[in-house]
Amino acid sequence: MKYLYYPGCSLEGSAQEYNISTKAVLKALGVDLLELSDWTCCGASAAAAVSPLLALALPARNLAIAETIADVSDMLVPCSACYLNLKKVEETIRREPGVLVKLNAALETENLKLSGRIRVRHLLDVLSRDIDLNRIRSLATKPLSMLRIAPYYGCQCLRPYPVFDNPERPVSMNPLIEAAGARVHPWAMGGICCGASNLNTHPTVGISLVTALLKEAQGADAIVTVCPMCQLNLEGYQNKAADACNEAIQIAVLYLPQLLGIALGLPNTDIRLDLNLSANTAFRKKCEI
Amino acid sequence: MKENTPLAAADLLSAISDKVNACIQCGTCSASCPNAFAMDFSPRHLWRLLQAGEIQAVLTSRSFSLCSTCYYCTLRCPRGLPLTDIMSALKQVSARQLPMLDPSGVLFYQKFLESVRRHGRVREMEFMTLYFSAMKNPLLPFQFASLGIRLISRKKLPFQLPSRGSERLNTLFRRVNELENAP
Repeated sequence: MKYLYYPGCSLEGSAQEYNISTKAVLKALGVDLLELSDWTCCGASAAAAVSPLLALALPARNLAIAETIADVSDMLVPCSACYLNLKKVEETIRREPGVLVKLNAALETENLKLSGRIRVRHLLDVLSRDIDLNRIRSLATKPLSMLRIAPYYGCQCLRPYPVFDNPERPVSMNPLIEAAGARVHPWAMGGICCGASNLNTHPTVGISLVTALLKEAQGADAIVTVCPMCQLNLEGYQNKAADACNEAIQIAVLYLPQLLGIALGLPNTDIRLDLNLSANTAFRKKCEI
Repeated sequence: MKENTPLAAADLLSAISDKVNACIQCGTCSASCPNAFAMDFSPRHLWRLLQAGEIQAVLTSRSFSLCSTCYYCTLRCPRGLPLTDIMSALKQVSARQLPMLDPSGVLFYQKFLESVRRHGRVREMEFMTLYFSAMKNPLLPFQFASLGIRLISRKKLPFQLPSRGSERLNTLFRRVNELENAP
Protein backbone atom coordinates (compact mmCIF):
# COMPACT_ATOMS: atom_id res chain seq x y z
CA MET A 1 0.00 0.00 0.00
CA LYS A 2 1.36 3.38 -1.03
CA TYR A 3 0.00 6.88 -0.46
CA LEU A 4 1.15 10.39 -1.13
CA TYR A 5 1.51 12.21 2.17
CA TYR A 6 0.50 15.80 2.95
CA PRO A 7 1.42 16.60 6.58
CA GLY A 8 0.34 20.27 6.71
CA CYS A 9 1.81 23.16 8.72
CA SER A 10 0.63 22.13 12.21
CA LEU A 11 2.37 18.79 11.93
CA GLU A 12 5.69 20.61 11.60
CA GLY A 13 5.01 22.69 14.71
CA SER A 14 2.50 22.30 17.51
CA ALA A 15 1.34 18.86 16.28
CA GLN A 16 4.75 17.21 15.73
CA GLU A 17 3.73 14.13 17.70
CA TYR A 18 0.84 13.58 15.27
CA ASN A 19 3.30 13.55 12.37
CA ILE A 20 5.81 11.28 14.13
CA SER A 21 3.23 8.76 15.37
CA THR A 22 1.30 8.69 12.06
CA LYS A 23 4.46 7.82 10.12
CA ALA A 24 5.63 5.26 12.68
CA VAL A 25 2.30 3.44 12.99
CA LEU A 26 1.70 3.30 9.23
CA LYS A 27 5.22 1.99 8.72
CA ALA A 28 4.60 -0.72 11.30
CA LEU A 29 1.38 -1.62 9.46
CA GLY A 30 3.26 -1.94 6.17
CA VAL A 31 2.07 1.28 4.53
CA ASP A 32 4.45 3.40 2.41
CA LEU A 33 4.13 7.17 2.57
CA LEU A 34 5.62 9.43 -0.06
CA GLU A 35 5.71 12.99 1.30
CA LEU A 36 4.79 15.61 -1.26
CA SER A 37 7.84 17.70 -2.09
CA ASP A 38 7.48 21.46 -1.78
CA TRP A 39 3.99 21.34 -0.27
CA THR A 40 2.53 24.61 0.98
CA CYS A 41 -0.26 25.66 3.35
CA CYS A 42 -3.83 24.55 2.52
CA GLY A 43 -5.27 27.92 3.64
CA ALA A 44 -6.64 26.57 6.96
CA SER A 45 -9.84 28.33 8.00
CA ALA A 46 -8.20 31.66 7.21
CA ALA A 47 -8.40 31.71 3.41
CA ALA A 48 -12.15 30.97 3.34
CA ALA A 49 -12.75 33.96 5.59
CA VAL A 50 -10.82 36.25 3.23
CA SER A 51 -11.22 35.10 -0.37
CA PRO A 52 -13.24 32.27 -1.99
CA LEU A 53 -10.77 31.76 -4.82
CA LEU A 54 -7.71 31.77 -2.55
CA ALA A 55 -9.45 29.17 -0.36
CA LEU A 56 -9.44 26.83 -3.37
CA ALA A 57 -6.17 27.92 -5.01
CA LEU A 58 -3.96 27.19 -1.98
CA PRO A 59 -5.01 23.53 -1.64
CA ALA A 60 -5.24 23.17 -5.45
CA ARG A 61 -1.55 23.99 -5.71
CA ASN A 62 -0.75 20.94 -3.60
CA LEU A 63 -3.07 18.66 -5.55
CA ALA A 64 -1.43 19.83 -8.78
CA ILE A 65 2.00 18.93 -7.38
CA ALA A 66 0.61 15.53 -6.36
CA GLU A 67 -0.58 14.95 -9.92
CA THR A 68 2.99 15.23 -11.20
CA ILE A 69 3.84 12.00 -9.34
CA ALA A 70 2.92 8.98 -11.43
CA ASP A 71 1.39 5.70 -10.21
CA VAL A 72 -0.10 7.02 -6.94
CA SER A 73 -3.72 8.16 -6.82
CA ASP A 74 -4.49 8.62 -3.12
CA MET A 75 -3.16 11.40 -0.89
CA LEU A 76 -3.27 10.76 2.84
CA VAL A 77 -3.89 13.77 5.10
CA PRO A 78 -3.87 13.55 8.92
CA CYS A 79 -5.13 17.11 9.69
CA SER A 80 -8.90 17.49 9.35
CA ALA A 81 -8.75 21.13 8.29
CA CYS A 82 -6.19 20.39 5.55
CA TYR A 83 -8.25 17.35 4.57
CA LEU A 84 -11.45 19.34 4.10
CA ASN A 85 -9.75 22.14 2.15
CA LEU A 86 -8.13 19.64 -0.22
CA LYS A 87 -11.32 17.55 -0.45
CA LYS A 88 -13.33 20.67 -1.26
CA VAL A 89 -11.19 21.25 -4.36
CA GLU A 90 -11.68 17.63 -5.43
CA GLU A 91 -15.47 17.90 -5.00
CA THR A 92 -15.88 21.40 -6.40
CA ILE A 93 -14.04 20.87 -9.68
CA ARG A 94 -16.04 17.70 -10.28
CA ARG A 95 -19.30 19.65 -9.99
CA GLU A 96 -18.23 23.01 -11.43
CA PRO A 97 -15.82 22.70 -14.38
CA GLY A 98 -15.67 26.51 -14.59
CA VAL A 99 -13.85 26.58 -11.26
CA LEU A 100 -11.18 24.24 -12.63
CA VAL A 101 -10.52 26.67 -15.48
CA LYS A 102 -10.14 29.54 -13.02
CA LEU A 103 -7.86 27.54 -10.74
CA ASN A 104 -5.64 26.62 -13.65
CA ALA A 105 -5.44 30.28 -14.62
CA ALA A 106 -4.06 30.92 -11.13
CA LEU A 107 -1.77 27.87 -11.05
CA GLU A 108 -0.21 28.86 -14.36
CA THR A 109 1.99 31.30 -12.42
CA GLU A 110 3.45 28.29 -10.56
CA ASN A 111 3.87 26.27 -13.78
CA LEU A 112 1.32 23.77 -12.49
CA LYS A 113 -1.81 22.24 -13.98
CA LEU A 114 -4.69 20.56 -12.19
CA SER A 115 -6.88 17.84 -13.70
CA GLY A 116 -8.58 16.33 -10.64
CA ARG A 117 -6.91 12.93 -10.67
CA ILE A 118 -6.01 12.76 -6.98
CA ARG A 119 -8.30 11.24 -4.33
CA VAL A 120 -7.94 12.97 -0.96
CA ARG A 121 -8.06 10.58 2.01
CA HIS A 122 -8.18 11.39 5.71
CA LEU A 123 -5.87 9.34 7.94
CA LEU A 124 -8.95 7.92 9.71
CA ASP A 125 -10.46 6.97 6.34
CA VAL A 126 -7.34 4.96 5.49
CA LEU A 127 -7.03 3.39 8.96
CA SER A 128 -10.69 2.39 9.12
CA ARG A 129 -11.21 1.20 5.53
CA ASP A 130 -7.88 0.18 4.00
CA ILE A 131 -6.11 -1.47 6.93
CA ASP A 132 -6.97 -5.01 7.95
CA LEU A 133 -8.06 -4.95 11.60
CA ASN A 134 -6.54 -8.39 12.09
CA ARG A 135 -3.17 -6.90 11.28
CA ILE A 136 -3.56 -4.39 14.11
CA ARG A 137 -4.86 -7.13 16.46
CA SER A 138 -1.93 -9.40 15.70
CA LEU A 139 0.62 -6.60 16.21
CA ALA A 140 -1.01 -5.17 19.37
CA THR A 141 1.23 -6.75 21.94
CA LYS A 142 0.67 -4.35 24.80
CA PRO A 143 -2.40 -5.10 26.94
CA LEU A 144 -4.57 -1.98 27.14
CA SER A 145 -7.83 -3.45 28.42
CA MET A 146 -7.61 -1.16 31.46
CA LEU A 147 -7.97 1.91 29.24
CA ARG A 148 -11.32 3.47 28.47
CA ILE A 149 -11.04 5.74 25.43
CA ALA A 150 -13.42 8.50 24.29
CA PRO A 151 -13.22 8.75 20.47
CA TYR A 152 -13.38 12.36 19.32
CA TYR A 153 -13.82 13.02 15.59
CA GLY A 154 -14.46 16.75 15.50
CA CYS A 155 -16.20 18.22 12.48
CA GLN A 156 -14.24 18.53 9.32
CA CYS A 157 -13.35 14.89 8.65
CA LEU A 158 -17.10 14.12 8.88
CA ARG A 159 -18.87 17.12 7.38
CA PRO A 160 -19.94 18.40 4.92
CA TYR A 161 -18.70 15.40 2.90
CA PRO A 162 -19.77 12.08 4.47
CA VAL A 163 -17.00 10.00 2.90
CA PHE A 164 -16.16 7.23 5.34
CA ASP A 165 -18.39 7.59 8.40
CA ASN A 166 -21.81 8.63 9.62
CA PRO A 167 -21.56 12.44 9.89
CA GLU A 168 -24.13 12.58 12.72
CA ARG A 169 -23.12 9.52 14.77
CA PRO A 170 -19.55 8.64 13.83
CA VAL A 171 -18.32 5.15 14.75
CA SER A 172 -15.25 4.49 12.58
CA MET A 173 -12.79 4.75 15.50
CA ASN A 174 -14.54 2.11 17.64
CA PRO A 175 -13.15 -0.99 15.86
CA LEU A 176 -9.66 0.57 15.84
CA ILE A 177 -9.74 1.30 19.58
CA GLU A 178 -10.98 -2.22 20.25
CA ALA A 179 -8.38 -3.76 17.93
CA ALA A 180 -5.79 -1.89 20.00
CA GLY A 181 -7.14 -3.73 23.02
CA ALA A 182 -8.78 -0.76 24.78
CA ARG A 183 -12.45 -0.12 25.58
CA VAL A 184 -14.65 2.58 24.08
CA HIS A 185 -16.11 5.26 26.38
CA PRO A 186 -19.76 5.55 25.34
CA TRP A 187 -20.65 9.16 24.64
CA ALA A 188 -22.58 11.21 22.09
CA MET A 189 -20.01 14.01 21.74
CA GLY A 190 -17.70 12.48 19.13
CA GLY A 191 -18.84 14.75 16.29
CA ILE A 192 -19.67 17.90 18.29
CA CYS A 193 -17.58 21.01 17.53
CA CYS A 194 -14.63 21.91 19.82
CA GLY A 195 -14.95 25.63 19.07
CA ALA A 196 -12.18 25.70 16.46
CA SER A 197 -10.55 29.14 16.07
CA ASN A 198 -13.11 30.76 18.38
CA LEU A 199 -10.74 29.70 21.16
CA ASN A 200 -8.43 32.40 19.81
CA THR A 201 -10.83 34.99 18.42
CA HIS A 202 -13.86 34.65 20.78
CA PRO A 203 -12.40 32.80 23.79
CA THR A 204 -15.41 32.78 26.15
CA VAL A 205 -17.60 31.20 23.45
CA GLY A 206 -14.92 28.66 22.55
CA ILE A 207 -14.23 27.72 26.17
CA SER A 208 -17.87 26.84 26.76
CA LEU A 209 -17.75 24.30 23.90
CA VAL A 210 -14.51 22.77 25.16
CA THR A 211 -15.93 22.61 28.69
CA ALA A 212 -19.04 20.70 27.56
CA LEU A 213 -16.86 18.12 25.78
CA LEU A 214 -14.40 17.65 28.64
CA LYS A 215 -17.23 17.20 31.16
CA GLU A 216 -18.84 14.47 29.06
CA ALA A 217 -15.49 12.70 28.78
CA GLN A 218 -15.22 12.29 32.56
CA GLY A 219 -14.92 8.60 33.31
CA ALA A 220 -12.68 7.97 30.33
CA ASP A 221 -8.91 7.61 30.72
CA ALA A 222 -8.21 9.53 27.55
CA ILE A 223 -9.77 11.29 24.58
CA VAL A 224 -8.30 10.42 21.17
CA THR A 225 -8.39 12.94 18.34
CA VAL A 226 -7.63 13.05 14.61
CA CYS A 227 -7.15 16.83 14.20
CA PRO A 228 -4.44 19.18 15.50
CA MET A 229 -6.90 21.97 16.26
CA CYS A 230 -9.27 19.71 18.23
CA GLN A 231 -6.25 18.30 20.04
CA LEU A 232 -4.88 21.73 21.03
CA ASN A 233 -8.29 23.01 22.11
CA LEU A 234 -9.09 19.96 24.22
CA GLU A 235 -5.69 19.70 25.91
CA GLY A 236 -4.58 23.32 26.06
CA TYR A 237 -7.58 24.86 27.80
CA GLN A 238 -8.38 22.36 30.56
CA ASN A 239 -7.52 24.88 33.31
CA LYS A 240 -9.85 27.45 31.82
CA ALA A 241 -12.59 24.83 31.37
CA ALA A 242 -12.20 23.82 35.01
CA ASP A 243 -12.57 27.48 36.03
CA ALA A 244 -15.61 27.86 33.79
CA CYS A 245 -17.55 24.99 35.34
CA ASN A 246 -16.02 24.96 38.82
CA GLU A 247 -15.10 21.31 38.58
CA ALA A 248 -11.79 19.51 38.52
CA ILE A 249 -11.10 18.63 34.89
CA GLN A 250 -8.01 16.75 33.89
CA ILE A 251 -7.92 14.16 31.17
CA ALA A 252 -5.25 12.87 28.82
CA VAL A 253 -5.81 13.82 25.19
CA LEU A 254 -3.79 12.07 22.50
CA TYR A 255 -3.81 11.49 18.79
CA LEU A 256 -5.30 8.23 17.52
CA PRO A 257 -1.97 6.99 16.03
CA GLN A 258 -0.32 7.65 19.41
CA LEU A 259 -2.79 5.23 21.03
CA LEU A 260 -2.22 2.69 18.26
CA GLY A 261 1.53 3.15 18.68
CA ILE A 262 1.26 2.38 22.41
CA ALA A 263 -0.73 -0.77 21.61
CA LEU A 264 1.82 -1.84 19.02
CA GLY A 265 4.55 -1.48 21.60
CA LEU A 266 6.43 1.19 19.67
CA PRO A 267 9.13 3.10 21.59
CA ASN A 268 8.34 6.59 22.89
CA THR A 269 10.57 8.08 20.16
CA ASP A 270 7.81 6.93 17.75
CA ILE A 271 4.93 8.15 19.90
CA ARG A 272 6.29 11.19 21.75
CA LEU A 273 3.77 11.33 24.58
CA ASP A 274 6.23 13.75 26.19
CA LEU A 275 5.13 16.37 23.65
CA ASN A 276 1.46 16.21 24.64
CA LEU A 277 0.24 18.93 26.98
CA SER A 278 -2.14 16.59 28.75
CA ALA A 279 -0.73 13.06 28.74
CA ASN A 280 -0.49 13.24 32.51
CA THR A 281 1.57 10.95 34.70
CA ALA A 282 -1.52 9.03 35.82
CA PHE A 283 -2.27 8.10 32.23
CA ARG A 284 1.31 7.19 31.37
CA LYS A 285 1.57 5.08 34.49
CA LYS A 286 -1.62 3.27 33.61
CA CYS A 287 -0.32 2.24 30.21
CA GLU A 288 3.25 1.85 31.49
CA ILE A 289 4.94 4.22 29.09
CA MET B 1 -4.89 40.34 0.83
CA LYS B 2 -4.38 44.07 0.67
CA GLU B 3 -5.65 44.85 -2.80
CA ASN B 4 -9.29 43.89 -2.28
CA THR B 5 -11.85 46.32 -3.60
CA PRO B 6 -15.39 47.18 -2.41
CA LEU B 7 -16.66 46.19 -5.88
CA ALA B 8 -15.93 42.53 -5.24
CA ALA B 9 -17.69 42.83 -1.88
CA ALA B 10 -20.91 44.07 -3.51
CA ASP B 11 -20.85 41.17 -5.98
CA LEU B 12 -20.33 38.73 -3.14
CA LEU B 13 -23.30 40.13 -1.21
CA SER B 14 -25.77 39.76 -4.05
CA ALA B 15 -24.55 36.21 -4.64
CA ILE B 16 -25.12 35.47 -0.94
CA SER B 17 -28.67 36.82 -0.94
CA ASP B 18 -29.48 34.67 -3.99
CA LYS B 19 -28.28 31.58 -2.16
CA VAL B 20 -30.65 31.97 0.80
CA ASN B 21 -33.74 32.72 -1.32
CA ALA B 22 -34.86 29.11 -1.02
CA CYS B 23 -34.66 29.14 2.82
CA ILE B 24 -38.00 28.05 4.34
CA GLN B 25 -37.20 29.35 7.85
CA CYS B 26 -37.49 25.94 9.49
CA GLY B 27 -34.74 26.76 12.01
CA THR B 28 -32.86 23.45 11.73
CA CYS B 29 -29.65 25.49 11.29
CA SER B 30 -30.20 27.44 14.51
CA ALA B 31 -31.01 24.29 16.47
CA SER B 32 -27.86 22.62 15.11
CA CYS B 33 -25.45 25.53 15.62
CA PRO B 34 -23.10 25.07 18.60
CA ASN B 35 -22.46 28.83 18.76
CA ALA B 36 -26.04 30.12 18.30
CA PHE B 37 -26.28 30.78 22.05
CA ALA B 38 -23.74 33.58 21.72
CA MET B 39 -25.08 35.16 18.49
CA ASP B 40 -27.16 38.33 18.36
CA PHE B 41 -29.18 36.90 15.44
CA SER B 42 -29.66 33.15 15.14
CA PRO B 43 -28.61 31.67 11.79
CA ARG B 44 -32.27 31.36 10.74
CA HIS B 45 -32.86 35.02 11.64
CA LEU B 46 -29.78 36.02 9.65
CA TRP B 47 -31.12 34.33 6.48
CA ARG B 48 -34.47 36.11 6.95
CA LEU B 49 -32.71 39.47 7.18
CA LEU B 50 -30.78 38.66 3.99
CA GLN B 51 -34.02 37.73 2.20
CA ALA B 52 -35.54 41.02 3.33
CA GLY B 53 -32.50 42.96 2.07
CA GLU B 54 -31.58 44.20 5.56
CA ILE B 55 -27.92 44.32 4.58
CA GLN B 56 -26.86 46.78 7.26
CA ALA B 57 -28.37 44.67 10.05
CA VAL B 58 -26.64 41.57 8.67
CA LEU B 59 -23.22 43.15 8.31
CA THR B 60 -23.24 44.78 11.75
CA SER B 61 -24.27 41.49 13.38
CA ARG B 62 -21.55 39.39 15.02
CA SER B 63 -23.34 36.12 14.24
CA PHE B 64 -21.25 35.03 11.26
CA SER B 65 -17.98 35.91 12.98
CA LEU B 66 -18.86 33.25 15.59
CA CYS B 67 -19.31 30.48 13.01
CA SER B 68 -16.74 27.78 13.79
CA THR B 69 -17.36 25.94 10.47
CA CYS B 70 -18.66 22.68 11.99
CA TYR B 71 -20.94 22.14 8.96
CA TYR B 72 -23.88 20.78 10.98
CA CYS B 73 -26.24 23.35 9.41
CA THR B 74 -25.01 22.53 5.89
CA LEU B 75 -25.40 18.81 6.53
CA ARG B 76 -28.92 19.10 7.92
CA CYS B 77 -30.48 21.93 5.84
CA PRO B 78 -33.59 20.39 4.22
CA ARG B 79 -33.16 22.73 1.24
CA GLY B 80 -29.53 21.71 0.79
CA LEU B 81 -28.26 25.28 1.13
CA PRO B 82 -24.49 25.79 1.59
CA LEU B 83 -25.03 27.65 4.88
CA THR B 84 -21.47 27.32 6.24
CA ASP B 85 -20.10 28.73 2.98
CA ILE B 86 -22.56 31.60 3.31
CA MET B 87 -21.23 32.34 6.80
CA SER B 88 -17.69 32.39 5.32
CA ALA B 89 -18.85 34.67 2.51
CA LEU B 90 -20.28 37.07 5.09
CA LYS B 91 -16.91 37.02 6.89
CA GLN B 92 -15.28 37.98 3.58
CA VAL B 93 -17.61 40.90 2.91
CA SER B 94 -17.36 42.12 6.48
CA ALA B 95 -13.54 41.93 6.43
CA ARG B 96 -13.55 44.13 3.32
CA GLN B 97 -16.22 46.63 4.28
CA LEU B 98 -16.29 46.83 8.06
CA PRO B 99 -12.99 45.39 9.36
CA MET B 100 -13.27 47.40 12.58
CA LEU B 101 -16.36 45.51 13.77
CA ASP B 102 -14.57 42.25 14.47
CA PRO B 103 -10.87 43.16 14.45
CA SER B 104 -9.78 39.99 16.24
CA GLY B 105 -11.35 37.68 13.65
CA VAL B 106 -10.28 39.74 10.65
CA LEU B 107 -6.70 40.33 11.76
CA PHE B 108 -6.26 36.74 12.98
CA TYR B 109 -6.99 35.40 9.51
CA GLN B 110 -5.09 38.17 7.69
CA LYS B 111 -1.91 37.67 9.69
CA PHE B 112 -2.14 33.90 9.26
CA LEU B 113 -2.24 34.35 5.50
CA GLU B 114 0.53 36.95 5.65
CA SER B 115 2.85 34.32 7.13
CA VAL B 116 1.74 31.78 4.49
CA ARG B 117 2.37 34.25 1.67
CA ARG B 118 5.89 34.91 2.96
CA HIS B 119 7.04 31.36 3.61
CA GLY B 120 4.61 28.99 1.88
CA ARG B 121 3.83 27.37 5.23
CA VAL B 122 2.51 29.14 8.28
CA ARG B 123 5.03 29.82 11.02
CA GLU B 124 2.93 29.65 14.15
CA MET B 125 5.18 31.88 16.24
CA GLU B 126 5.52 34.54 13.53
CA PHE B 127 1.79 34.52 12.86
CA MET B 128 0.90 35.10 16.51
CA THR B 129 3.56 37.85 16.80
CA LEU B 130 2.11 39.62 13.76
CA TYR B 131 -1.41 39.19 15.18
CA PHE B 132 -0.49 40.63 18.58
CA SER B 133 1.23 43.65 17.11
CA ALA B 134 -1.66 44.35 14.72
CA MET B 135 -4.22 44.15 17.54
CA LYS B 136 -2.28 46.85 19.45
CA ASN B 137 -3.56 45.51 22.77
CA PRO B 138 -0.66 45.08 25.18
CA LEU B 139 -2.71 42.74 27.40
CA LEU B 140 -3.70 40.33 24.62
CA PRO B 141 -0.48 38.22 24.63
CA PHE B 142 -1.12 37.39 28.30
CA GLN B 143 -4.31 35.51 27.34
CA PHE B 144 -2.11 33.13 25.38
CA ALA B 145 0.94 33.18 27.67
CA SER B 146 0.18 29.99 29.60
CA LEU B 147 -0.48 27.91 26.49
CA GLY B 148 2.45 29.52 24.64
CA ILE B 149 4.90 28.75 27.43
CA ARG B 150 3.78 25.11 27.58
CA LEU B 151 4.22 24.77 23.81
CA ILE B 152 7.62 26.49 23.78
CA SER B 153 8.90 24.43 26.73
CA ARG B 154 8.19 21.29 24.67
CA LYS B 155 10.03 22.83 21.69
CA LYS B 156 6.81 22.69 19.67
CA LEU B 157 7.00 26.31 18.57
CA PRO B 158 10.35 26.90 16.86
CA PHE B 159 11.47 30.39 17.84
CA GLN B 160 11.50 32.38 14.63
CA LEU B 161 11.42 36.15 14.41
CA PRO B 162 9.06 37.52 11.74
CA SER B 163 10.87 37.82 8.43
CA ARG B 164 9.94 38.61 4.86
CA GLY B 165 11.05 35.13 3.87
CA SER B 166 11.30 34.14 0.23
CA GLU B 167 7.90 35.68 -0.58
CA ARG B 168 7.18 32.09 -1.56
CA LEU B 169 3.53 32.46 -2.57
CA ASN B 170 3.55 36.13 -3.56
CA THR B 171 2.90 35.43 -7.24
CA LEU B 172 0.02 33.04 -6.58
CA PHE B 173 -1.62 35.43 -4.09
CA ARG B 174 -1.32 38.31 -6.58
CA ARG B 175 -2.70 36.26 -9.46
CA VAL B 176 -5.69 35.08 -7.38
CA ASN B 177 -6.44 38.65 -6.45
CA GLU B 178 -6.32 39.76 -10.10
CA LEU B 179 -8.64 36.93 -11.16
CA GLU B 180 -11.06 37.63 -8.34
CA ASN B 181 -11.34 41.33 -9.11
CA ALA B 182 -11.41 40.98 -12.89
CA PRO B 183 -14.52 42.67 -14.36
